[in-house]
Amino acid sequence: MDAQVVLKNVTKRFTTKTLGDIVAVDNFNLEVYEGECFSFLGPSGCGKSTTLRMIAGFEDLTEGEIHLCGNPVSVKNKNLYVPPEERGLGMVFQAFAVWPHMTVFENVAFPLRIQKLNRADVEKRVKEALRHTSLQGLEDVYPSDLSGGQQQRIALARAIVTNPKVMLLDEPLSNLDPKLRESMRFELKELQRKFNFTIIFVTHDQSEAMALSDRMMVCDMGRIMQIDTPENLYNKPINRFVHSFLGESTFLNVVIKDGKVYAKGDMENPLDLDIPANAEEEMILATRPNAIELTGNKGYKTFIKKRIFLTDRTEYLVQIGDQTMKVQTPHRVTFAQGESCCVNFIDPMWYPVEDKAAEEERRRRQLV
Amino acid sequence: MIASLKRKKRDLAAIDGRHFSLDGAMTVLSFILLLVIVVVPIFMIVYNAFFDQGKFSLDLICEQLSKKDNLISMWNTIKIAVLVTILGTIMGVFYAWLLGRSDIPCKGLMRALFNIPYMFPPFLGAMAWDLLLNGRSGYLNKWFVDVFNLSSAPFNINSIGGIVFVELSYYFPFVFMQVVSAFERMDPKLEECARIAGARQGTVIRKITLPLVTPAISAGALLILISSLAHFGVPSILGFSQGIYTLPTKIYAVISRSGGSFEGIRQGAALSIMLVVVVAAALIIQKKVLSSGSYDIIKGKSMRPTLIKLRGARIPLFVLAVLTLVLIVIVPLAMIFLVGLVKAYGLPLIPENFTLANYTKVFASSGTFNSISNSLFVSIAAGIICMFLGTLIAYVVQKIKPRGKGVLEVLSVLPYSIPGTVLAIGVILAWSGKLGVNLYNTIWIILIAYLARYLSFSMKTSSAALLQVHPSLEEAARTCGASHTESLKDVTLPLIRPAMVSGFFLIFLPAMREVTTSVLLYGPYTRTLGVQIYSLRDAGMMPQAAALGSVAIVMIIVCNTIVTAITKDRKGV
Repeated sequence: MDAQVVLKNVTKRFTTKTLGDIVAVDNFNLEVYEGECFSFLGPSGCGKSTTLRMIAGFEDLTEGEIHLCGNPVSVKNKNLYVPPEERGLGMVFQAFAVWPHMTVFENVAFPLRIQKLNRADVEKRVKEALRHTSLQGLEDVYPSDLSGGQQQRIALARAIVTNPKVMLLDEPLSNLDPKLRESMRFELKELQRKFNFTIIFVTHDQSEAMALSDRMMVCDMGRIMQIDTPENLYNKPINRFVHSFLGESTFLNVVIKDGKVYAKGDMENPLDLDIPANAEEEMILATRPNAIELTGNKGYKTFIKKRIFLTDRTEYLVQIGDQTMKVQTPHRVTFAQGESCCVNFIDPMWYPVEDKAAEEERRRRQLV
Repeated sequence: MIASLKRKKRDLAAIDGRHFSLDGAMTVLSFILLLVIVVVPIFMIVYNAFFDQGKFSLDLICEQLSKKDNLISMWNTIKIAVLVTILGTIMGVFYAWLLGRSDIPCKGLMRALFNIPYMFPPFLGAMAWDLLLNGRSGYLNKWFVDVFNLSSAPFNINSIGGIVFVELSYYFPFVFMQVVSAFERMDPKLEECARIAGARQGTVIRKITLPLVTPAISAGALLILISSLAHFGVPSILGFSQGIYTLPTKIYAVISRSGGSFEGIRQGAALSIMLVVVVAAALIIQKKVLSSGSYDIIKGKSMRPTLIKLRGARIPLFVLAVLTLVLIVIVPLAMIFLVGLVKAYGLPLIPENFTLANYTKVFASSGTFNSISNSLFVSIAAGIICMFLGTLIAYVVQKIKPRGKGVLEVLSVLPYSIPGTVLAIGVILAWSGKLGVNLYNTIWIILIAYLARYLSFSMKTSSAALLQVHPSLEEAARTCGASHTESLKDVTLPLIRPAMVSGFFLIFLPAMREVTTSVLLYGPYTRTLGVQIYSLRDAGMMPQAAALGSVAIVMIIVCNTIVTAITKDRKGV
């Protein structure tokens, strides 16, 4: 597979009046392969949209270079910059950006008219794009008379009509209601299969990213945290941030002493765990609430602080040392509030204690 | 697919605005145009008022300030403006509440009628009231004397009170319109909560409703204050005969008495400084007094407020509203039309005395056609140029956001708070040869004054429309392969076209009836419609002035109807 979109040492710095210098994108290195569906995932302000806009050509780079299909499009130290209209990309925006003064047909035909195609070709290709997005028969309607889902399809049709190699999607589904979102995901995949384009898309919705992507990039405060497949990101998160960002997490501060693991606040009863390879004196144990076993007699002895019924499962808050952890079990495992129980961890992850610098930076960016 | 990789950062400027490009060109052009249109005239006034033959001197200002009649006219200006503002605000709020929130009958029709005074030139109203309540020969006064056997006329419109009355009837719609729309956008739940909490109707109005519309009231009041301070038409028509001057009319008198000599214009410039100081002081005081802040509680979308039942007061209040309408709209209108038909001024207004001769006389004179075509030309030209210029500046301010965009914004709205009379003096000083260009006595000098005067109108409407155009709409065009210029042409401009068109009419309509600046700028062949009516009346040809006034009114009504028809059904933002 060829790398179709390549980012090398891409950095973007802003100077803002209130917050001073902000590194929006810090030394990104990234390769997206042909036919891949690649998503940028992260909380707001993590640099994902800025990266997408740099690929599209709407933002200048502070450092680094971007290559599209083997051609350089932004190379800072050579002062090379290809404007967005010459990058040959398809793009779908968060608010669809469907032009309200043009009919559905005119919206979709616009990119072809810019290319000065003859009338018959324009007609044929627009018809085809509309067919693939189930918009036939709505050619002469103005977008304001259509539903959100249909407007979204216009934006899609407009993006695929030029048959681009790379499609950029900026939170394309966030303006749709949940049901529609799911069916659009499917349609998007279907289109990708038909036209075989590469998708790069930005989202803050993890389930959307998981469902669509072949690989994902999780970033935070302008830094890439991890690039991997959805499974690996969920099962082997590289740090505490990725762990807590994807799926539900529950954490425990632990102390490792004399080859045994203790929950902070209880140095008498060790947890039934082997010490990790990179053991430090103080660590964070991370796991999923459903990867903790609750039993009557085997494991760390404690009690149920609170029991919450959650339609498809039951959630318990259990006391471990001086901390509380979240445990989720199927309904058939039942403990009453206040009842004593035993806790067992199944394959937890171990992370070093969160560094203060990251917290400080988060506060400075007013993201807290 | 990637066409030319060798083109280096050509269009990067379009994105970050750092290099010279289309955006750079538009920015520079905006600055240059505003410099020529706005800064130069203002600078010339200040320079000529404070510098004598290149040397700084306060002599001129001191000399003008020491004249008693100048101080009296300054005091008159303030007195009239304050009275008009206070009374107009009360009247505007009262009728806005009555028509917006009560169950008074015929609301729609009455609201339309209450907006009429806003369209008409106040100086025509002043003419009408002068015909009716002139101390010596007013029709109504004579009737009162005859019927009640009085020894002298009961009313005298040629007084401060008369000027206040006429200005009031034309300026209260400023507050009325602002407050009516605020009432419409107010969430009725806010009032209902207060009722639930135990407040009576009266308390709700006092404690909830009025405070919520305070920002709208103060915005309208500010408009009245500035307009009245700068107003020329009414005080000139009603005040001259009794020697009552305000600063704008005093400036006119000084200049016309001096026959357009440079000394007269310099005196006018000094008086202009006084007027600007008064306006600036008014703005500052207004800001201080009403810095209560605005509320977000008033939502953008239209709501259906609960109407308050007037019960027993319904009919008396309805009669009051109708009488007000008759007094401020119908009477002056009818008067202009009737006097336009009468054979000679002073004859009773009965059918035997009616004739169409005034109209034939008016239209037989080439002056009339000249003035109409002059007005049409200047108004359309000013409308079109301002429409594009205002949009250009709005685009630079809203989308390109260069350094100094604040300066651009201030410069483009500044002339709005500068009285028309002052602007005219500035334009005369700047464009009558002192800077190498002499436009004096040509139509161009009127045009350039109109540009400065009305630029802010189109700039404001285009700005509001551009704010509605989300950046992603232009970006979508860029990813579709359109260049910066193409995305402007195909996406942004069509989207704000309706706003540009209404900006044009916002300028065209007031420009058609303008007198304040053109009365100082017109030359022998460049009378505008307003000036022509004004001079016919000045020459004592009352019926002919009224006949031409009727023509102007009909033209205004026709244009307004066309505008409403065009702007009613519009696509886009």
